[in-house]
Amino acid sequence: MSKNTVSARFRRVDVDEYDENKFVDEEDGAENQLGPDEAEVDSLIRQGNLMEALHAVLKNPPINTKNQNVKDRAEGLVLKVLSAFKSSDIEKGVQSLDKNGVDLLMKYIYKGFERPSENSSAVLLQWHEKALAAGGVGSIVRVLTARKTV
Amino acid sequence: MAYHSFLLEPISCHAWNKDRTQIALCPNNHDVHIYKKDGTKWTKIHELKEHNGQVTGIDWAPDSNRIVTCGADRNAYVWTLKEGSWKPTLVILRINRAARCVKWSPKENKFAVGSGSRLISICYFEQENDWWVCKHIKKPIRSTILSLDWHPNNVLLAAGSCDFKCRVFSAYIKEVEEKPGPTPWGSKMPFGEMLFESGGSGAVGQSSGGGGGWVHSVCFSHSGNRLAWTSHDSTVSVAEGGKTGTVTSLSSETLPLLCVTFITESSIVAAGHDCYPVLFVYDSAKGSLTFGGKLDVPKQAAQKGISARERFQNLDRRASETQSTEKDLNTLHKNSISQISVMEGGRNQCTKFCTTGMDGGMGIWDVKLSFALGKKITQLFKVMPSLNICG
Repeated sequence: MSKNTVSARFRRVDVDEYDENKFVDEEDGAENQLGPDEAEVDSLIRQGNLMEALHAVLKNPPINTKNQNVKDRAEGLVLKVLSAFKSSDIEKGVQSLDKNGVDLLMKYIYKGFERPSENSSAVLLQWHEKALAAGGVGSIVRVLTARKTV
Repeated sequence: MAYHSFLLEPISCHAWNKDRTQIALCPNNHDVHIYKKDGTKWTKIHELKEHNGQVTGIDWAPDSNRIVTCGADRNAYVWTLKEGSWKPTLVILRINRAARCVKWSPKENKFAVGSGSRLISICYFEQENDWWVCKHIKKPIRSTILSLDWHPNNVLLAAGSCDFKCRVFSAYIKEVEEKPGPTPWGSKMPFGEMLFESGGSGAVGQSSGGGGGWVHSVCFSHSGNRLAWTSHDSTVSVAEGGKTGTVTSLSSETLPLLCVTFITESSIVAAGHDCYPVLFVYDSAKGSLTFGGKLDVPKQAAQKGISARERFQNLDRRASETQSTEKDLNTLHKNSISQISVMEGGRNQCTKFCTTGMDGGMGIWDVKLSFALGKKITQLFKVMPSLNICG
């Protein structure tokens, strides 16, 4: 055997980094995207105004930011609002959203599926059913093809 | 309306001759088969064997009766009919990846080939050397070109690419044509100049500016002032050239659409993974693109009484009491539709269009356009099996 097979360090080199034709996404700036306003959303949940809370939490989605904390916080907040809804009100909640809102909701739902906690999957599945009825498979396709997501 | 099942394999691509009596198609292999219409039957009359890889694009020039094919073997051939058989001429494309799509220009003096080499080859015939040469459009394309369409002025070319963008380039070749006049897309058109680029960062909340998916298909309208494209994120968009160039998009609820064509200056038919063609209506005054309806065979009438025995059998087999469920394909095509072409009427008053797909079948659809004076397009009647548009 030749000498250079002794070390396996070359296997850790990521050749794609050195490819000069590598596709890099455009940067979109937006370092100041902070995600939905926690205080506002919390107060609306406490007041029991869940429709407003839903609209508030879907504002300012942290799509372009690279800060993972902001994204996690936003996801947690959305999950709080979605769990606070009664099952019978979910459909009304979805109906009150416009097309972009349904797409964004679908993005958060799939993000929530990625890291399931105690009860989250059951709640998310109920929301998924209603969001699918409103947005169709097209909204799921947009979640899968989005380059920058929540 | 007619449906003919050619093969069990997907039809990779197809092209019609001028009088629509012959169709050239690739049966998912290295060859091109030409079929001729014989009453209601189709008989194979030619087999064009030259490519070493799958044929990915075919285009048939109506007036000069030449066929250009491009394939995964990185080659393109121009075929001419000599003494009853088709003779190929190799075109050196100078690409190092597969060719993906090919289109003759309207005047048929050049053709464009899109490839995985992240460039477009514009090929024209050089008389002195008696062969085809090509020029490349490279910047700023960053991924495979999936679809091409020429503007009626023979110079501008729209290209849809896997880098999520739809662009309009100038393919002006001074050796074969005069300088073009100004168009709504721009007035200075040196070769390779990019005159339009759609958005494409896929940000949510943007109703204008493309989307975040591969651009599968592009199409200019008959006048060339409008450009439609479909993207893999289930959107269809229309751009209007001009100083106030606008882009209108519609996020559809269906699976992604793979092919699109204009049938009037304001209506678009597209088809894709949902296996049926869909109509979209563009209103430039309101800047809106709306879903116009699904074009397909009507659903079968509801079941007549089912016996108790059948009910239990259905429950046993499919956990549902009825014969057919939502999941059954009631569409003409049984698999994704990959290409759509206008057969009669041109892109401004199309009366017939043809779709081919992965099920190896070809559907021919009739469109009835009735233009009532002054009436806006408010309703679409689907008279089986044609489509009525009042507008």
